[in-house]
Amino acid sequence: MSMRIGLVCPYSWDVPGGVRSHVSDLALTLRERGHSVDVLAPVEEDFVLPGWVTDGGRPVAVPYNGSVARLSFGVKATRRVRAWIREGDFDVVHIHEPLAPSLSLLTCWVARGPLIATWHSSHDRSRMLTAGYYIAQTAMEKLRGSIAVSQEARRTLVGHVGGDAVLIPNGVRVKDFQPENHDRQRRRELLFLGRIQEPRKGLSVLLEAMPAILDQVPDLRVVVAGPGDSEEIRKNIPENVDRALTFYGAVSDEHKQELLREAQVYVAPHTGGESFGIVLVESMAAGACVVASDIPAFRHVLEDGKAGRLFSSKDPSALAEAVLSVLADDAARRALVSRGHSRADQYDWDSVVDDVLAVYESVHMPGEKVTEDLRGQALGRFAARPAFIRGRRSGGQGDGE
Amino acid sequence: MSWWWLVLVLVVVALFGLYLSMTAGRLDALHKRIDTSSLSLDAQLLRRSSVALELATSGLLDPAGAILVAEAAHAARTAADGEATAGERAEAETQLTLALEATLDDEEIAEVRQAPGGAALLDELAASAQRVQLSRRFLNDAVRACTQLRNQGMVRAFHLAGTSPWPQAIELDDSIPPSLVGTGVPSD
Repeated sequence: MSMRIGLVCPYSWDVPGGVRSHVSDLALTLRERGHSVDVLAPVEEDFVLPGWVTDGGRPVAVPYNGSVARLSFGVKATRRVRAWIREGDFDVVHIHEPLAPSLSLLTCWVARGPLIATWHSSHDRSRMLTAGYYIAQTAMEKLRGSIAVSQEARRTLVGHVGGDAVLIPNGVRVKDFQPENHDRQRRRELLFLGRIQEPRKGLSVLLEAMPAILDQVPDLRVVVAGPGDSEEIRKNIPENVDRALTFYGAVSDEHKQELLREAQVYVAPHTGGESFGIVLVESMAAGACVVASDIPAFRHVLEDGKAGRLFSSKDPSALAEAVLSVLADDAARRALVSRGHSRADQYDWDSVVDDVLAVYESVHMPGEKVTEDLRGQALGRFAARPAFIRGRRSGGQGDGE
Repeated sequence: MSWWWLVLVLVVVALFGLYLSMTAGRLDALHKRIDTSSLSLDAQLLRRSSVALELATSGLLDPAGAILVAEAAHAARTAADGEATAGERAEAETQLTLALEATLDDEEIAEVRQAPGGAALLDELAASAQRVQLSRRFLNDAVRACTQLRNQGMVRAFHLAGTSPWPQAIELDDSIPPSLVGTGVPSD
């Protein structure tokens, strides 16, 4: 049965990121299965969109969940969400990161019917409380079903917000990453991906480890791809490290796939806050050897070190040792790569999407549609279109329950 | 005493009324959510027992297993249509789960899969069992949220829930026979 599915992404569509790629891959895979999909996301004005993405308004950069996120909110955004719901005629609306103060939370407020949510990140308790318990609770109550992408994300939901979720891991479109280069044809190169000034992404840990690594392998190249001010970082590092580094700035998805296919080693020195580690799966799918910090999410994805090398988080000397060991031992590195490849297959969107569709089907009643919600909400009542209010007056308060 | 006291009191009363109306709206939506979830669970349970019955009468199972599954599936169907209480129905569905688990071991499944039409039946059974799990989980989550709200002092004091009965969580064994798993939601 083909469904009309609406997906809501809270973060800017033109900035690469975990949630954004998740939404885009899910949309592509659902479309390949013959469903009709429309994505609502914040978009910069001059960004060209594919036909299946709806512009949810210009995003604003604000600090959120320990980093800077580009979000859309306010009266204008609310109006766009309403119009999208009204015109979309969706069987199911799937909201990503429902408590993100952006299009996601707005959709929770203004829509009713078969709503599904996916929880991506893990928060600490204090942040959940400051998010506004009442707002969170009211939004949560309308979600018919919740999906968590990892055990950590599920724990956040169960422990801090209250509520249950089924676990469906992140998917990777493995075929988009298929390696053309075998390990021995790859460049002797370390790859770092992520916002370079973001402490949680851990570039500083890698940079501190570089002198020790370059002592052993002086000709090693390091490619750093991610948005941020590279001049600022270059100021404070030794000259030989600076020479080894190449900064690419923000890269497109295609460019990222290419970088992952070329590099011998992908380094993930994240210091925390990650609940899944999709890039690790992408690296494994692309055939790069993964060296990652031993935070819980990464341990799980790397099967406790069988599918990639782990080092103790925030420890530059441990990182240096781990990188040197995989560079030195070709056989061990290729064993990690091959195990990593079969691990990545388990996360292929082609199989993960079946579980997502099962969730859609289990909350959707035949003939039901997602509609605007104007009940029980002062904001909703004031924002309603006059025609709709006139229609409601004759209907009365408890319409059709 | 002057007039602005009156204004203040009116504003407070108005705000309080708004709060009550919003809470009543929330409660209403939660009850609706529980209704839909129960309907969905009901549909999925019916689907599961139909497939189980079909499997039992297909001649693909060994005779003893076929009788076990057929009887359990039939009992589950009867409990669904008849005047059985929620508890009796949950019991019948649990019995069906146990019958399926006992009958469908690895060898049986391997044999059924090879027979013509067998694989399709097994996949359908696995899919419906997975959807039963999902629906029940979502239903119980809605029940939890609703109970939590109905237990709040204001909701009780102002009888915002009216006469609607307290929602009940559905407890039954809906595990999927381990040898059928593979297409199910990963549980790690």
